[in-house]
Amino acid sequence: MQRSVNFENAGLLAALSLVLLGGLAILGWGVPLGYVLHGWLIALAAGWGILWMLNRISDGPAEVPLEYNDKVIRYGVIAALIWGIIGFAVGDILAWQLAIPSLNGDMSWSNFGRLRPVHTSGVIFGFGGNALIATSFYVVQRTSRARLASETLPWLVFWGYNLFLVVAASGYPLGITQSKEYAEPEWYADLLLLVIWIGYLILYLRTLARRAEPHIYVANWYYLAFIVVIAMLHTVNNLSVPASIAYPKSYSLFSGTQDAMTQWWYGHNAVGFLLTAGFLGMLYYFLPKAVNRPVYSYRMSIVGFWGITFLYLWAGSHHLHYTALPDWVQYLGMTMSIILLVPSWASVFNGILTINGAWDKVRTDPAVRFMMVAVLFYGLSTFEGSFMAIRPVNSLSHYTDWTVGHVHAGALGWVAFITFGAMYKMVPWVWKREGVYSLKLEAWHFWLALSGTLIYVGAMWNSGITQSLMWQTYDADGAFLYSFLDSVIEMHPYYVARAVGGLLYLIGACIGAYNIYMTVSGPRKTETRQTGPLAQPAE
Amino acid sequence: MSTAHQKLERHSLGFAMMILVVASIGGIVEIAPLFTIENTVEEVDGMRPYTPLELAGRDIYVREGCYACHSQMIRTLRSDVERYGHYSLAAESIYDHPFQWGSKRTGPDLARIGGKYSDDWHVAHLEAPRELVPGSVMPGYAFLSDTRLSTGHLPAALKALSRAGVPYTDAQIENAEKDAVWQADFEQNYEGELQESYGANVQVRDFDGQPGRLTEMDALVAYLQMLGTLVDFDSLNMEEVNR
Repeated sequence: MQRSVNFENAGLLAALSLVLLGGLAILGWGVPLGYVLHGWLIALAAGWGILWMLNRISDGPAEVPLEYNDKVIRYGVIAALIWGIIGFAVGDILAWQLAIPSLNGDMSWSNFGRLRPVHTSGVIFGFGGNALIATSFYVVQRTSRARLASETLPWLVFWGYNLFLVVAASGYPLGITQSKEYAEPEWYADLLLLVIWIGYLILYLRTLARRAEPHIYVANWYYLAFIVVIAMLHTVNNLSVPASIAYPKSYSLFSGTQDAMTQWWYGHNAVGFLLTAGFLGMLYYFLPKAVNRPVYSYRMSIVGFWGITFLYLWAGSHHLHYTALPDWVQYLGMTMSIILLVPSWASVFNGILTINGAWDKVRTDPAVRFMMVAVLFYGLSTFEGSFMAIRPVNSLSHYTDWTVGHVHAGALGWVAFITFGAMYKMVPWVWKREGVYSLKLEAWHFWLALSGTLIYVGAMWNSGITQSLMWQTYDADGAFLYSFLDSVIEMHPYYVARAVGGLLYLIGACIGAYNIYMTVSGPRKTETRQTGPLAQPAE
Repeated sequence: MSTAHQKLERHSLGFAMMILVVASIGGIVEIAPLFTIENTVEEVDGMRPYTPLELAGRDIYVREGCYACHSQMIRTLRSDVERYGHYSLAAESIYDHPFQWGSKRTGPDLARIGGKYSDDWHVAHLEAPRELVPGSVMPGYAFLSDTRLSTGHLPAALKALSRAGVPYTDAQIENAEKDAVWQADFEQNYEGELQESYGANVQVRDFDGQPGRLTEMDALVAYLQMLGTLVDFDSLNMEEVNR
């Protein structure tokens, strides 16, 4: 035991020293100011980590408590909420910029192009990533009946991941970006994430290895797929040649067609394994727990899991229909995208049928309502995605707001809904509270989020199809009836509606954060014996 | 199936390896052949690496995230070709590290924007889009005209690109800074040298309307003005290319 701890400490100190050296190199040789500041940030964080570890080691081996490690999960929940509100807020600012372009401010850092990745990274990696890390730590411990396999590594994963997020999100407004969609962070941030991700994988596998249950529960399959496949995608898509240590700039190793295919293999599977597989893991634990019913079908879980793991990786080329990518890849991608509907809907039915026998909870428990609607939106957006992958449909939908609407049906309706549902359950559990502070506020959050999503998606369907039809409409002489600018001007009402929908969603999330804050600052479960009108969870 | 799977469920490392194997297949089948099948990228005349000034402009395009609203990919659809010009060939982005095909057209496609408008129009439009195009939702980029172009990193940039496979010569890498300055020289003193080094289709002039001052606007406009102009489609026999 002692030996393995020593081995682990040596490994972690080596990794931290490597990160420290990287940070020192950047702050020493770097030329642009923002880049040098990133060097300082990385070096200070790694140096602090080393001191923290040395301090713990010199204190001698601490007693490992015989309970689950929930503290790091609490930090993860808070981080997810903070990044979520930043990400939603920046998203809504961007939406208003498109409705009222003077809001760009015409300053370098405030323009749409530089702020957009702050929004996408903030919500996908900040909100989604932290929520996944936190819930995966919760789920793997409960379903394995084992404490996280290390006392140090969970904290390095949590703080390291959030350091990566800060480096990425503060770089974009300064113009530090690869401009590869959803893979914008530059080479040094990518390397940092790679180190952290390997740590996350090792931690997860080692915790599974010490499980007291013979079988690995299905939720862990999805979390594991999320960790493994993101590692693969991240590494391959970010292969690049840095200009030099003095600059943050790098050039991708692949070019043109090959780079496009690699990027959309990555991009589509960031959706597939971060925004889908990870959150299916969440669904497979928190929904059965919340309704107190077993998962409907074990076989459907297996088919759904391996179907998604195999098929998703083939579907990326549907982002490149009618382009210079060879036709055979386009048709292959289209075919696989359509087949992908089968395992996707297997998960949908498995989720919905799990609620059977407890449908009253959809009415009485807003958290279950969040999760139920999340499954419906998952079903909707996977159907829509397969539909949009069909070439003629894609000739209408591609390059338009329809795609934006589709992504947000998935991100707002599925990813964030399942997260909020799971959090409303998990927060009282990890903070040992009786229940959520206010079910009424929870319901308000639900209805604001739902109406915001519907307004957003409805506006984008309309604007997307209008746009596309205007681009393809000819007059009697065979000339275009509309200029491109006509289509831009026509978008205005939809862009306003979208921004309003986003605002409703943001307000809902703020109410949710307040509700969780009040839950956390409320009394502990064991300390209270109140009989008054305390909010009762439905279970 | 269930019994076999129940065995797999008992081994965490085995399960992780299985995920990796199953998930790798799609990428191996769809991506690897793109590097080996020869007719993935056509052979056409006219393609050349970016000059240092154009590359600096492209780096600005990448830095500002222009791809979020502008595609550089004319699809084979009639409505694309008639609005933007000949559909894009794979060969036209062979030197694009990374590619900038884009995924959204909040603004129009830019694959063949080169030569369609004057330099003055581009500068004025970038500085204040709605002055020229009322109803546009594009942000203003006036700061590009006020920012001196930093050229210090260009030799390293060309070197990195040559490592990634772009055929820059040692002389081109060495002269990168000087070449960038020369291309925006308003007296066009070095047109001959640049065209000898990079090709006859290099455009040499002051791009930003501020003679004697090398700004980021010079670089961006130089890049925009060459986009889609390298391949001469009038002299190109597409049947030949497709074969």
